[in-house]
Amino acid sequence: MSSSFLQIPIISWMNIKNIPQRLGTSSVAVFGVACVVGVFIGVLSMATGFQRTMLKGGAEDVAIIMRSGATSEMASGLGYAQAQEISHLPGIVRDGEEPVSSPELYVVVDVTKRTTNTSANVPLRGVLSAAFTVRKNLKIVEGRTFTPGTNELVVGRAVQRQFAQLNVGDKIKFGSTEWTVVGAFEADGGLAESELWCDAKVLQEVYRRGNSFQTIRVKLDGADGMQKLKTGLASNPTFNFSAQLESDYLAEQSKPLTLFIKTIGWPVAILMAIGAIFGAINTMYTSVSTRTREIATLRAIGFGSLPVAISTLVESILLSLIGGVIGAVIVYLLFNGYTVSTLNFSSFSQVVFDFAVTKDLIVQGIWFAVIIGFIGGFFPAIRAANLPIATALREV
Amino acid sequence: MTAQAVNKSAIGSTLVELKSISKHYRKGKEKVNVLNELNLTINRGDFLALMGPSGSGKTTLLNLLGGLDKPSSGELIIGGARLDQMSNSQLTRWRAQNVGFIFQFYNLMPVLTAEKNVELPLLLTNLSSAQRKKHVAAALSLVGLSERADHYPNELSGGQEQRVAIARALVSDPQILLCDEPTGDLDRTTADEILNLLQTLNQQQGKTIVMVTHDPRAADHAKTILNMDKGRLV
Ligand SMILES: Nc1ncnc2c1ncn2[C@@H]1O[C@H](COP(=O)(O)OP(=O)(O)OP(=O)(O)O)[C@@H](O)[C@H]1O
Ligand SMILES: [Mg+2]
Repeated sequence: MSSSFLQIPIISWMNIKNIPQRLGTSSVAVFGVACVVGVFIGVLSMATGFQRTMLKGGAEDVAIIMRSGATSEMASGLGYAQAQEISHLPGIVRDGEEPVSSPELYVVVDVTKRTTNTSANVPLRGVLSAAFTVRKNLKIVEGRTFTPGTNELVVGRAVQRQFAQLNVGDKIKFGSTEWTVVGAFEADGGLAESELWCDAKVLQEVYRRGNSFQTIRVKLDGADGMQKLKTGLASNPTFNFSAQLESDYLAEQSKPLTLFIKTIGWPVAILMAIGAIFGAINTMYTSVSTRTREIATLRAIGFGSLPVAISTLVESILLSLIGGVIGAVIVYLLFNGYTVSTLNFSSFSQVVFDFAVTKDLIVQGIWFAVIIGFIGGFFPAIRAANLPIATALREV
Repeated sequence: MTAQAVNKSAIGSTLVELKSISKHYRKGKEKVNVLNELNLTINRGDFLALMGPSGSGKTTLLNLLGGLDKPSSGELIIGGARLDQMSNSQLTRWRAQNVGFIFQFYNLMPVLTAEKNVELPLLLTNLSSAQRKKHVAAALSLVGLSERADHYPNELSGGQEQRVAIARALVSDPQILLCDEPTGDLDRTTADEILNLLQTLNQQQGKTIVMVTHDPRAADHAKTILNMDKGRLV
């Protein structure tokens, strides 16, 4: 039926030009879909942003070594001697004679959140100078780094913006110890920016950790560095440590919260979508009934029932699409780059991240809208196609 | 056949044949007989006026002739085609090629210009866009509305709208024009103009026309007048 190609566009065009006369009901459908797509993209942009921050912090040529079985840095621990031995295992890059190896301490401290004025767990990392070598993307952007042996802090840019008393020059008390903020650093927006850093030796003393650490980060030497390191760790029966890529570790750390956001987000989005579908169905039934005489006239002239049905679907999908675009644009303007900090279950500490309304999410949201439009238009389209012509023409 | 022929000038081959056509609707459990065993022949070139009281079945009969509805029983043959045996999609295609409808309230598409309204039936043909334009122009000129081609229906008077509707009904050169109260919504003078136009189409173009009307003066323009009552021709 070659003529379908002409029928569908002209009927669709007529439907669409008719929309202004049904602005009220049409906007119900548009509004509904805009809300769904907005919430859908909004929630997922939170998960995406969180994940992005977590993953950005992880390098693929850095291994993190923790006690076997520890699922987070806080749960790990190792003595000075062990740290030394591990640092000299094969597979680790050397800078001259010294291996690029950074033993670190990881504790959490209470800091007041600016937005809520409540205190939250912020990670405080005790490091030696190697920490700056292992993390190549870390830059001091304000002030200076801490002087070893003093109660000085450098703070991540992200945590500095979200939490109080972290400006350069501020003094802040954790427990009974007072610290001075002397600098701020950036790390390409990665997880490290959610942390406070100080001298590991000072932190050992304040937290009475003797000469122990919790984790070691090492720079891996080449593609087989990881394998060599693992073999080395396994060869010593007194070691009870395991190594994983920093990127893998952080990906793992990001999973529970991401999953949590998604398991809340999807059902909410789907429930709302069902509501929007009913809105669209209602709108489209109204559309079909206000176009009854028009449809019947076209059918009398000889237009087919299939083009009539398809053009109803086209209208429905178009309305949804408009709603979807509106929802996406609003969420993008409102949320993209919006910074929040939240507790990461895996590390019991705050992660500061930006909502990320990515292109992928927008495309997904728009598809979501199209699906809603299709489902919402389906039954009204069938009704339009099956309109009894003779009866419909009697209705004036 | 109990047709009361007032004007027997119609000569020509048989176009429409109704053989004991009945139509009933079901209202719940009740069966409403709207057309009862109708027999009727319409020749090519006829201009037939269908009169009768409200509810006598005129529109129902017209809908059967136009393939908009199917008879409950009987044979309905138009131009050799058995309409009573066609499927819905066959009827749709048949309508596109064989009938032009003219309605009491014109039924133009409000969002399309006069020209685009007239073009609608041609979208169902294989004509090229240029050919369609030519046919549309010819049809509009035939109804005397060439100047209004790019006007929208709400920019036209009732009489002009009906002219556009007539152009739309004519444009694909159908075998038969079916009009249901084509002047029912128009004043006397305008109605006469429309009726004269239909008469001209009948006389000069040889169009077969069936027109339902309540108005005896309208019926006077026809060649044949049939009266219906309670689903029968009287
Ligand atoms: N879909 C339907 N279901 C039930 N009854 C119907 C249906 N369509 C028409 N009728 C009945 O059929 C009868 C004939 O209707 P029809 O419209 O053909 O009459 P008409 O002669 O055109 O009347 P009018 O002059 O008022 O237009 C009426 O009694 C009407 O109520
Ligand atoms: Mg009627």
